[in-house]
Amino acid sequence: MPEWLDDFLWTYQNLVHALGINGLLALSMYVVLAVGQLSLGQAAFMGLGAYSSVLLTLKLDLPFLAVLPLSCVAPVLFALAIGVPTLRLSGVYLAIATIGLGEVLRAVYLNVDWLGGALGLSGIPGRAESWMIFGLLGVAILALWAVGRSAIGRAMAAIREDETAAQVMGINLARYRLGALLASAVLAGLAGALGAHSSSFIGPNEYGFEPAVTILSFALLGGIGTPLGPVVGAWILTLLPEVLRGFSDLRLVFNGVIIVLAVLFLPEGLLALRMRRHAA
Amino acid sequence: MTTLLRTLALTLHYAGLFAVDRVDLNVQPGSVHALIGPNGAGKTTLFNLISGLVAPTEGTVLFRGLDVTSLPADRRTALGLARTFQTSRIFGAMTVLENVLTGLQPRCFAGLIATVLRTPAFYREERALVARARDTLHMVGLSARADLPAATLPHGEQRLLEIARAIAPEPALLLLDEPAAGMNPAETAALANLVRRIRDLGTSVLLVEHDMGFVMDISDAVTVLNFGRCIFQGTPAAARQAPEVMEAYLGQKVAARLAARAPRMTV
Amino acid sequence: MLAQQLINGVLLGASYALFALGFTLMFGVLRVINLTYGFYFSAGAFAALFLTRDAGLGIWAALPLAAVTAGLIAVALDWLLLAPLRRKRAPELASLMVTLGGVLALYSAATAILGPDIRRLPPGLVDGTVFELAGLRVATPQLFILVASFVLVGALVWLLNFTRLGLAIRAMAENPDAAGLMGIDTGRTAALVSFVAGCLAGAGGVLIGLNFNAIHPYMGESMMLRGFVVVIVGGLGDIRGALIAGLALGVVEVLTAGYVDSGLKEAVAFAILVAVLWTRPSGLFGRPALRRA
Ligand SMILES: Nc1ncnc2c1ncn2[C@@H]1O[C@H](COP(=O)(O)OP(=O)(O)O)[C@@H](O)[C@H]1O
Ligand SMILES: [Mg+2]
Repeated sequence: MPEWLDDFLWTYQNLVHALGINGLLALSMYVVLAVGQLSLGQAAFMGLGAYSSVLLTLKLDLPFLAVLPLSCVAPVLFALAIGVPTLRLSGVYLAIATIGLGEVLRAVYLNVDWLGGALGLSGIPGRAESWMIFGLLGVAILALWAVGRSAIGRAMAAIREDETAAQVMGINLARYRLGALLASAVLAGLAGALGAHSSSFIGPNEYGFEPAVTILSFALLGGIGTPLGPVVGAWILTLLPEVLRGFSDLRLVFNGVIIVLAVLFLPEGLLALRMRRHAA
Repeated sequence: MTTLLRTLALTLHYAGLFAVDRVDLNVQPGSVHALIGPNGAGKTTLFNLISGLVAPTEGTVLFRGLDVTSLPADRRTALGLARTFQTSRIFGAMTVLENVLTGLQPRCFAGLIATVLRTPAFYREERALVARARDTLHMVGLSARADLPAATLPHGEQRLLEIARAIAPEPALLLLDEPAAGMNPAETAALANLVRRIRDLGTSVLLVEHDMGFVMDISDAVTVLNFGRCIFQGTPAAARQAPEVMEAYLGQKVAARLAARAPRMTV
Repeated sequence: MLAQQLINGVLLGASYALFALGFTLMFGVLRVINLTYGFYFSAGAFAALFLTRDAGLGIWAALPLAAVTAGLIAVALDWLLLAPLRRKRAPELASLMVTLGGVLALYSAATAILGPDIRRLPPGLVDGTVFELAGLRVATPQLFILVASFVLVGALVWLLNFTRLGLAIRAMAENPDAAGLMGIDTGRTAALVSFVAGCLAGAGGVLIGLNFNAIHPYMGESMMLRGFVVVIVGGLGDIRGALIAGLALGVVEVLTAGYVDSGLKEAVAFAILVAVLWTRPSGLFGRPALRRA
């Protein structure tokens, strides 16, 4: 590695890691939006991945490359528990249940002693390397891009546009929606484990309501035409507070306003969710 | 030959209203079967019951000899059932070709791994799908539009695209809900030819249509619904003369008066 | 001991039911999950704080004024965020998303302006006498909450069932297009429903603020979890369901805190929500539509 790059990575390591991790989170939102669903569970899944990976590291001292896949287990189990019943119902149920999941887990982290309570868990070794983060991000982008340009991607686009017509095309809605939610849980779980092992500390408030909505703003800023859009959105929103000093106070207001503007003024461009009020 | 589609006492009850009331319908393979009846008679609802978008209150749907009553719509499609909608529901944001490719979903077998790894088998399947989609577009006369966004097509072509999307996987039965609505006479004539071609290629057709010339011209059998009930089942020629059919269309008094004057009215 | 817990649970549940009522009413009539709803709760509590602490009003004057303030905020937000989507007949998830972005902006703006600290209402707002009856203790603030909840719920039931406005609201819940054709001004009805819902949330904020004496900008957000549990268990849009489920949730939380662990209150509530989704997704009491209470 050239010396300047080494210096740069050393100085800005936190920011560089945050770019990669937020990119993964943006993708975990993208896969769900791509089947016309809205999940606010990404932050909760990230928190599950983070807490479970940190426990595996601190209590069992497992090697990080074993911890990483195991950090997806808890997010996937919760995604199944919430996804299986709600994905048969109208989309609002998944949204409600996932917002609720975030609130509940926050309360649990706060109140359960062996999860560190309000102080969180600290003394986490910095085992996440840039190559792991960006390797996973690259693989995820390529895989999602490949899926997008295939029969599976066409089925997803069809579901997004008109669920009834998609079903009549022979597309099993529940299968695609659950698949997308599980992929989302895996991506967010990995991001959680990587994030936890890039900082020395995790706490209950890092995975609550604000990050959940912020992840949505990544995807809506970048648009969901291709997987690159959300990643670019994540990068812009991660870099802005670094570039504009004094912006960080208003960061969350800005993220919220992005969502409002995107939905009110660009709904067709961002999300080809169409109103279909009747069965036929 | 066994009956392709049978409904047995199929019933759907909405609050205070039988939208479909104990309907026994038989569609024979290789036929064009018309379903007619006044507005609100329950034709679209019957289509929704047959295609599995709505669950019946009572009754059974048999398709190709299988009881599909409790199968969801996508499984029925996989068995060879296809349909269009009364107001077209093409995927407007996709291109014309992509719409037809989406209709070919029952022929897509490449799994997630093959798709991500872009295996030779994936490319083989994708090429076959595109070839089949282009053939289908050619058959309905939309080849020149393949790469346009579907939403930009004029109304008549959108209806043809919806038919192309439905017949692409060569279904055993195609349900058409008012396919000629909003078409001009030239387009309607072309549509009649297309429906015959579809039948000759081995797909039976069950269609709802108000244009009686069109119905009489192409159908082999006619079923008449009124207030959710099946009031007539037979040949087009017999339907023309059946007094109960005339009554349904014209109202009882008018029909009686007409029958007194001229016993052989066209419907 | 158990009887005391049950009483405390019912008292807590009354405010949950009150809070969830406006949320389920909005869904029943306007067909949207309006996530800015939690903000009306915070706004009502803060309005009561300013009115009592800075303007020196008593609680009986502050409660209705705070409720009306929250109601007006609800109307403004509905007009700003949801009315344009209703006109475009946008899908329900678009409405949900826009209120999600809106509420994040509102909470974080409120935190930036007011600060994140916990505020307290001036002492002595409701006198703290404790009644004892057959060994059961009920404090005056709790009684106040109970009475206020019953009055507000009664007013809502009366409004829906015995007024022309209520008829318009029920017609719109049944079928907005038909209601429009029948000459009901659906835009005005939507604004009124938002106002009523905002008043209920705002009143809930005052009452809960009074009960726990802790007011902060995000208090509405943690309350939304209770709102979700109540409306899902009671059935989305079901008013009677929300009343029963709200009372039941209060009891369950108090019992969990009393006999298991107060840190698991939320987890138990959420487990009930998930269990209902698995078994009876349209709610424990039947069909998901606006039902007469
Ligand atoms: N979702 C529904 N809820 C209640 N009634 C319905 C619904 N859909 C259709 N209907 C009623 O069922 C009857 C049959 O409708 P439909 O099948 O659309 O008739 P057709 O297609 O023959 O014109 C009509 O009276 C219609 O109003
Ligand atoms: Mg019809």
